[in-house]
Amino acid sequence: MKDFKINRRKMLQGTALAGAGIAAPMVLTSRAFAASYTNEPKGGTVTLGFNVPQTGAYADEGADELRAYQLAVEHINGEGDGGMLNTFSSKALKGNGINGKKVVYVTGDTQTKSDAARASAKRMIEKDGAIMITGGSSSGVAIAVQGLCQDAGVIFMAGLTHSNDTTGKDKRANGFRHFFNTEMSGAALGPVLKNAFGSERVAYHLTADYTWGWSQEGSIKKYTEELGWNTSAAVRTPLGAGDFSQYITPVLNSGADVLVLNHYGRDMVNSLTQAVQFGLRDKQVNGKDFAIVVPLYSRLMAQGAGENVKGIFGSTNWHWSLQDEGSKAFVKSFGQKYGFPPSQAAHTTYCQAILYADACQRAETFRPSGVGAALEGFKFDGLGNGPTEYRAEDHQCFKDVLVVKGKENPSSKFDVLEVVEVTPRKQVEYPAELLGGELGPYNDGA
Amino acid sequence: MTTSMTKSDLLLLLCFAAAVLAGPVLLAPIGAGYPDLLQKFAIFGIFALGFNILFGLTGYLSFGHAAFLGVGSYTAVWTFKLLSMNPIPAILLATLLGGLFAAVIGFVSLRRTGIYFSILTLAFAQMSYNLAYSVLTPVTNGETGLQLAQSDPRVLDIAFGRDYGAVLPSSDLFGISMTGYPGFYFCGVMLILCFFVSMRIFRSPFGMMLRAVKSNQNRLNYTGLNTRPYALAAFVISGMYAGLAGGLLAVTDPLAGAERMQWTASGEVVLMTILGGSGTLLGPVIGAGAIKYFENIFSAFNEGVLVQAYSFLPEGLQHVMVWISSLFVGEGWHLTLGALFMIIVIFLPGGLMEGFNRIRAWITGRFGGGGGSLAPAAAE
Repeated sequence: MKDFKINRRKMLQGTALAGAGIAAPMVLTSRAFAASYTNEPKGGTVTLGFNVPQTGAYADEGADELRAYQLAVEHINGEGDGGMLNTFSSKALKGNGINGKKVVYVTGDTQTKSDAARASAKRMIEKDGAIMITGGSSSGVAIAVQGLCQDAGVIFMAGLTHSNDTTGKDKRANGFRHFFNTEMSGAALGPVLKNAFGSERVAYHLTADYTWGWSQEGSIKKYTEELGWNTSAAVRTPLGAGDFSQYITPVLNSGADVLVLNHYGRDMVNSLTQAVQFGLRDKQVNGKDFAIVVPLYSRLMAQGAGENVKGIFGSTNWHWSLQDEGSKAFVKSFGQKYGFPPSQAAHTTYCQAILYADACQRAETFRPSGVGAALEGFKFDGLGNGPTEYRAEDHQCFKDVLVVKGKENPSSKFDVLEVVEVTPRKQVEYPAELLGGELGPYNDGA
Repeated sequence: MTTSMTKSDLLLLLCFAAAVLAGPVLLAPIGAGYPDLLQKFAIFGIFALGFNILFGLTGYLSFGHAAFLGVGSYTAVWTFKLLSMNPIPAILLATLLGGLFAAVIGFVSLRRTGIYFSILTLAFAQMSYNLAYSVLTPVTNGETGLQLAQSDPRVLDIAFGRDYGAVLPSSDLFGISMTGYPGFYFCGVMLILCFFVSMRIFRSPFGMMLRAVKSNQNRLNYTGLNTRPYALAAFVISGMYAGLAGGLLAVTDPLAGAERMQWTASGEVVLMTILGGSGTLLGPVIGAGAIKYFENIFSAFNEGVLVQAYSFLPEGLQHVMVWISSLFVGEGWHLTLGALFMIIVIFLPGGLMEGFNRIRAWITGRFGGGGGSLAPAAAE
């Protein structure tokens, strides 16, 4: 041990200066003379990495995302019926892969844990040679993987991540998000909640304790308090808690008359089911009917919660019952392959894969800076959300937001949500500076 | 530490060092020769080596070692943020804080033995996890995990005139980036050093005392010897190993998340040690490698890979085989690991090392046996 210490000290003293001297040119050379970029596809194929939760609280969403990715790969390679490629406003993709290379893919399990997700993404980049990573069904994971992709020099196409931070305070140049965020959810939900419940309400928040939960809690508070609502308490619950009864009991005696569930996936299914079982919805508080709001809704969750979702408001990025050409084509194509309609998670990941492929084709390269430039400010239509724009300032898509409600009389087990209002894009738009953060420069890697 | 090493120990150390440094080449044929997994092998090897000093030698089964790993990671990331992106201060402080934290927890937990000790450590680790997850969010950034930011102070880097420009910095050892293969070699050298220290502890009088604690603590106490300082020393040393491992995790990937401290992570290191063979020198490293290999490689097999693997079979049979195998790969990798663990614990209670030793004994037995039967024949 003694020898080791002396060596280390000597090394510290001796190499501190030399090291600093060596450092600068090494950084310079590795950047300046590297003509290629990370995982530049050399053969006849290009590898995409699909990193989704296959276990844990968001496993259902993850499974649906993977189905959508597989469908997107088929369509990009010219197999199947082409799905939304036929309705997509950009016609760059010819059904022969991307830039003439056939698309292949690798998959990984994020386990809804940042560490596992990064390990899985690293494997795809280092071992499998993935040129782009996409997926994630949790904002914590998406942010962690986005940071990794920035460091490694590959593009990250975020999947289902709803936190403001993904394209706000933690945004990165190599990261792009098609999904909407809590700021947009709040802006869209506010007026609808006012119409339905009035402006004198007391809200109680139960919040999943991580970046997305905090973000959504903040946004909903901001917009409901603008309406004149009060917030009695906001309680944080651990992700994947399973049993929420200990958190729901205090709601009964809090004097609140609206419960806001900032939960997603199985957490939302469990907390909503338990809230209904505890009789919250049959109660009268402050002379008003007790109400429950689930700001971020999905068909998968509504299906999981069954009867309990009837009449409950929320917002969603996309719903399969939309009647535009793009949505119809996607539902048909997905339904033919898997036998049931796609969820919003499937929709956003499908779109992300198509948008990435299209951007590479238009840029005629896979180089991250080139692909990014092709995505920045890109305006498109025909992917199910109406006219949409990838904003250059924060790499966030702007489009209409759907406010939905649990259907009172569902006609099938998939028909559980009805669209209450399509909030136009300009109502949910906000200046990019509002959420802070810094994109920084693109990283093409070595 | 004046006693010189025996020849066989020196040979073992040299072979181990050669095997570690040649890892990228040796492990490439089984699909594990890429930097991230190699780094994980080395880091969790260190973690398991340290755990083995406690569990393998003294027999104290700690279910809370992930807490020290987590402390090491958080310390290292904070060192990056506040001092310098150089990994050396980071791992030194991570080791130190891991040890300090272990001293505190060990001081309380070691008042009990057996299952009570295990439960106490588990409780402490779970408390640390919950603290990191929500209460200490300003320090740990909760579930999102502690990350670097461009605006971090990094006072030492600034004092030495190191500017990272507009990009998010990554850790580097005097200009050598700690990601990819250089990161692995850094961890690999640490692993070899840790292996050396562990070997010296195994062979020292102190190690003998720890074994005595394991075999009969009461008897030691009756001889008038206070065993607790020995147990505490072993606990702190293994805590330092865990802190170092946590620090290295942050060095190769500057992010620290609370899930590193979860009880499943503590359980994992127990599995690694038992799988490889607790109380043996090499076992824990092999166990750590086996589990990380399963986690990273088996979990990545999807249906497409399986269909390809069974493409030589007729179609009907292919579907059946794919269906059966898909239970054990992809998200089912835990199932494979569980089955493997059961088989090893039932048939090879000494872990994989017992398996190797049996094979060696069988081989030498055959050769030795052959020689033995020849000798009398010659005497006739």
